[in-house]
Amino acid sequence: MSNNPTGKRICATTGLPICLDAQFFVKCNAVLGVVFLLIGGIGALLLALTRWQTVHLLPVDWFYRILTLHGLNMLIFWILFFEVAILYFVSTSLLNVKLFSVKTAWVSLIMMLTGAVMVDVTIMVGKADVMMTSYLPLLAHPAFYLGIILMAVGTLIAVFNYFATLYKAKKEKTYQGSVPLVVFGATAAAIIAVVTLLHGAIVMIPTFLHSAGWIAQPDPIWYRMTWWGLGHMSQQVNVCAMVSVWYFLGAVTTGAKPLNETVCRGAFLLYIFFINLASAHHLLVDPAVSSGWKIWNTSYAMYLAVLASMIHGFTVPASVEVAMRAKGYVKGLFGWLTSAPWRNPGFSAFFLSLVIFGFGGGITGVTLGTQQINIIAHNTLRIPGHFHVTVVGGTTLAFMGLCFYLVPLLFQREFIFKPLARLQPYLFGIGITIMAMGMSFAGSMGVSRRSWDIEATGSIYGSTAHLFLAAVGIGGVLAFLGLLLFILLTVGTLFFGRRFAGKPMESWGTPKQLGREEHGHAPVGLPSGSGAPAMALTEAHPTQGTLVLALIFLLSFAVYYFANWKALADVWPVR
Amino acid sequence: MSLPTRSSIECPAPDWFQAPTGHERIWIGLALAWCMVMSLMMPYWHFKGKQNSSGESYSVKPADFIKRTEKFILANTGEESLLEDGIAPIVPAPPGEVYLIAKQFQWFPILKLRAGETYRLHISSVDFQHGFSLLPMNMNFQVVPGYDHVLTIKPQAPGTYPIVCNEFCGIGHQNMVGKIIVE
Repeated sequence: MSNNPTGKRICATTGLPICLDAQFFVKCNAVLGVVFLLIGGIGALLLALTRWQTVHLLPVDWFYRILTLHGLNMLIFWILFFEVAILYFVSTSLLNVKLFSVKTAWVSLIMMLTGAVMVDVTIMVGKADVMMTSYLPLLAHPAFYLGIILMAVGTLIAVFNYFATLYKAKKEKTYQGSVPLVVFGATAAAIIAVVTLLHGAIVMIPTFLHSAGWIAQPDPIWYRMTWWGLGHMSQQVNVCAMVSVWYFLGAVTTGAKPLNETVCRGAFLLYIFFINLASAHHLLVDPAVSSGWKIWNTSYAMYLAVLASMIHGFTVPASVEVAMRAKGYVKGLFGWLTSAPWRNPGFSAFFLSLVIFGFGGGITGVTLGTQQINIIAHNTLRIPGHFHVTVVGGTTLAFMGLCFYLVPLLFQREFIFKPLARLQPYLFGIGITIMAMGMSFAGSMGVSRRSWDIEATGSIYGSTAHLFLAAVGIGGVLAFLGLLLFILLTVGTLFFGRRFAGKPMESWGTPKQLGREEHGHAPVGLPSGSGAPAMALTEAHPTQGTLVLALIFLLSFAVYYFANWKALADVWPVR
Repeated sequence: MSLPTRSSIECPAPDWFQAPTGHERIWIGLALAWCMVMSLMMPYWHFKGKQNSSGESYSVKPADFIKRTEKFILANTGEESLLEDGIAPIVPAPPGEVYLIAKQFQWFPILKLRAGETYRLHISSVDFQHGFSLLPMNMNFQVVPGYDHVLTIKPQAPGTYPIVCNEFCGIGHQNMVGKIIVE
């Protein structure tokens, strides 16, 4: 099909147009992302088996080396490569336009890959034992910083290619009215990414020059504040991208449609305006910044970015509930949920991601990031306990769910070993949840993050902490098996999946319309805008189940939040 | 309620700009109220709570901080031999200024404080960044070279409290454990 003069093909499953140039780069970026995911994943296994004190696998220098490698490959390389793939995909396919520039995409890809390889090699030869954060005055080899700069600038170039593609679509009038919600969310992610990557460049360029011996050392607090403009804000890019993927997967697995576009879009806007406060969350117990600065930057007075996540946390399941009820699954409060396509890995990954991110990541994140509560959390294992349920149980799991559609549709091959694929989201989601809970509880007892051995100088914590660290090890092994299964299945599909070019892919299973004849291939949510009649739901409260879930969430949040204030009140007075 | 007609991967209907209704509206109201509660908790605790991280700090050169710590040790013991010792606890008279140096891979000196008294604890690093983690209370503060971080603390119960470094500071990081004794 590459000889196609229009440069596009129509996906036989979704009816979406697919730009062949974009398809090539989506494939490249996604595959490279998965390669770095594997590197980071092997690192994760080694680390989990070292922190599990009974096993204590790695020697001390390799523990810190692999920790540096793991952080960068997972939080920066895997995520950024995959997000570039998402940007190229949603802009070209959902707006029916060709990619703005193939050359630019090549430049971006080569820069990102070069940067990532430079960083990984520098770490592995032992020239950058500085952790992902590389806090000054710790210093790595200049190649380490140069690699990160190349990665950041390469990604920026891809983001500009995305904006140019949006402009092209607008100019060529390839769509009517406003862009789809998923494109809107991806654009919010891209805007935050620009700010994020600029922070990266601002902090890394002077640090690179310093490491080469050309300028004096930048101030360590300035470094911390600016570095976290990269480090934490990039996780907000992930949140935005993940929420967009939730909307996408909700649509293709259950036919969900946003109840109120204004609300969903408004919440994305809140992210753009209020998210960069997160940089301050790493300086809450620092010298050099005052209480006023810390309190203001913790919340910008109103926690409007948290509000945004709480809104998405409602609107996403609510849209699924309405779609399921409209299909006839109206029994009780939760009949729509129990009848959801739980055997479809696109759905299970999406919904598990939503639950793990909300209940696990959201509640802990806001609480730990509360100015004073941070005193009993900073740099303990509670912090990685938080971000492993946001970035891994949330973002990574959602991206895996997307792959169950993206990989077959772009490579036009059926997934191999489907029964295993159906299990994968559960294995990964449960593993990472156990691991993160182990981290959180150990951290509550004061166990430090980034420590090779918590008893190097004698017993401090007692046996309960060891129990939680064992949970870290066991959960980590389970999550790694889930990750390995994901990679084996996707890579196996690329090589051995049955070709289905020109035909629709086999459905993973979507809920059938009750009381009507069955569809052989349930539509994946498209197209319905062409005048499908708006059916009236007979029930007065079609989102009551979601409201109950949301209230349970709010209650859990309040309990956890105030329990932490209580714990804080019990420690020594300090000012 | 009528069903929405467009999915999130299609362009929305032209009249998509609508105020939220029903449960969605209720939830946004609840969530906003909760965000306000959380926002108010921090200023409330700042004035009424006893545990705050006010970030009181002063610029200091590592060499100067070492001198001040030595002066503090001499003033409280009168013994030059203790400047390098690192084993004998220093017993400062409360209330007063107390100094603690963080360096690869040691907290210096060991402090012996009195329960119920208030101290101004100056902490700074003379090399890399360190993390001051006082156990088992699990109180954590960042220690950064060039900044004299002042914590006004009030020890509660007698005992021996380990200080663990929880910011990576080099390959021997896990060995960086000190202590504060409270009597």
